[in-house]
Amino acid sequence: MPSATLIDAVRTLLETQPDKECVTLITHGDEYTLTYREFFDRAARYANMLKTADLQAGDLVVLVLQHGEAVMCGFWGALLSGYVPSIFPFLSDKQNPESYFSSIRQLVALSGVKAIITSTEFEQGLKQALDGIDVQILTVEMLAQSGDHPFSSDISIGVGDTAFLQHSSGSTGLQKGVMLSHGAVMNQIASYSTAIGLSSNDVVVSWLPLYHDMGLIAGFIIPIVSGIKLVLMSPFHWVRDPQILLRAIHRHRGTLCWLPNFAYNFLATRIPDSALGDLDLSSIRAFINCSEPIHAESHQLFVEKFARCGLYENALMTCYAMAENTFAVTQSALDKPLHVDTVERRALMDEQRAVPTSGDGVVLVSCGQPIANCDIKIVNEKRQPVSERHIGEIALRSDSMLTGYYHRPELSQQVIVDGWYFTGDMGYLADGELYITGRKKDLIIVGGKNIYPQDIENLLNDIDGIHAGRAAVFGVFNEQLGTEDIAIVAEAETDDDDTRTAIKREIRARVAQNTDVTARYVQLVEEKWVIKTSSGKIARDANRQKFIQEFLQPGK
Amino acid sequence: MKDQLRQYIVNHMIHDASYKLKDDEALITGGLVDSFSLVELAVYIEQEFGVHFDDPELTAENMDTLNKIVSNIEAKQ
Repeated sequence: MPSATLIDAVRTLLETQPDKECVTLITHGDEYTLTYREFFDRAARYANMLKTADLQAGDLVVLVLQHGEAVMCGFWGALLSGYVPSIFPFLSDKQNPESYFSSIRQLVALSGVKAIITSTEFEQGLKQALDGIDVQILTVEMLAQSGDHPFSSDISIGVGDTAFLQHSSGSTGLQKGVMLSHGAVMNQIASYSTAIGLSSNDVVVSWLPLYHDMGLIAGFIIPIVSGIKLVLMSPFHWVRDPQILLRAIHRHRGTLCWLPNFAYNFLATRIPDSALGDLDLSSIRAFINCSEPIHAESHQLFVEKFARCGLYENALMTCYAMAENTFAVTQSALDKPLHVDTVERRALMDEQRAVPTSGDGVVLVSCGQPIANCDIKIVNEKRQPVSERHIGEIALRSDSMLTGYYHRPELSQQVIVDGWYFTGDMGYLADGELYITGRKKDLIIVGGKNIYPQDIENLLNDIDGIHAGRAAVFGVFNEQLGTEDIAIVAEAETDDDDTRTAIKREIRARVAQNTDVTARYVQLVEEKWVIKTSSGKIARDANRQKFIQEFLQPGK
Repeated sequence: MKDQLRQYIVNHMIHDASYKLKDDEALITGGLVDSFSLVELAVYIEQEFGVHFDDPELTAENMDTLNKIVSNIEAKQ
């Protein structure tokens, strides 16, 4: 175990580099920078505000705030006071506020949240939604009354104490609060920093939301605790204007940037060539693809687009990560081309084996090798290890694992056995490299054939008339046939019947021609129909339920 | 007959009444009907039109479009 907590680490930073730039926040058309001293002084104001509330060490404090200074400082203010902060996803444009508030109520009731920090605009809505529950609601506007005492921490927190919760996107049902101790987080920072060769000259640039592990750990906690500069923008801002990320890299000579796979396509296709101009990305030593299945084509598209901006090809790296291991489990090697494995489709589907082929096959990009102090094994349904190139569930054991799920001992016992965490992700090992093939419960079994829904979704992304990344594939059990039918729901832009039929025809043809199966249901739906998890993944079970209710059993 | 088959396919096999199935559209290679469903279609044809197809006849070559199915049914009547 490390001897230091996150609180000790901050104390050291304030002694050794108080005037170093800590974080630059990009706002609309502007930006401002805080030094370590300034940032933690602002965090201290939140700590002071929390002191006025009736809280005890270890109490859960949830932040319901827009991306920006308040949520960052509020998080550290709570952590440095010995409370356990957790960031709740912010209400997005497409969400219904009522269901949003009710999901907060559910979390507060289940997890015994003791305080919420929010903004005035949400105060009333939250008070109503939380009526009858014993929780304190604090607003950012109350800060003015709490005084400007600089950070000083005399509380006694040990490495085994919980530092914060990451709420893992439970797509259906209740969110799971992943408990991470100070020791686990400090271990992750040490091991992952080694894997990516982190140095004090690095500059992390990020648009990622902070309620998700990649944004929270890679795009917030690691840079701050490691004493390196972080340049941060809001995900809402980035989505509307994707080039702000690249312009920030250019301006601040960014060196590290984590992105989910879709962002590579988004950046490559949404920014016109005419806007590239003098854009210089040569400072970047790693764009790290993480948190959704990685596609070689996305990387190719990205390189084709940005090579002219000085993007160096070996800068494309990959990582396999999850909140339950704080963040990274594996990381691809620095300065080397990525390992790509082309395997036979049939053996992958029918035999759960990854058989290399030189012909047409499924192309998988490696997520790299385990980081230090992290072991991986691939197991079958009986949780017994399988051999190299056999697909099974990925299990891991490390010194940065979760302590358990907050207030959910039964769930913790299901997935943590004898020190191993069973991830529910499917994959295989080959030459020490980890390849992810899908998720255990996502698997569709059609007439004995195992179908990974992502494989079908990937076939559909570039069909004209449907929204890329907004097609969901899942299995629907067919009682008559005793097996699953494949259902595809895709968001389409047109109301014209002929065009709709043409889109459906194309979807069906692609599935039939590229897989061993035929889709039973192809349903076009309106924009925003498809449900995604808070981390942007297709919420397959939720979409399945919605599809069944709307189209198969209407009126039930 | 063709329209009756068309209705059966869109309503009972792909469950999509709004689908505008063309006479010469590929059913099997086009991903509307798989091998399980083709058997089901043959059963329906036998019930409705009194024409039996043996298993070896149930191929993409013989059954891939409405036009082909109808001409095969007519040839057997």
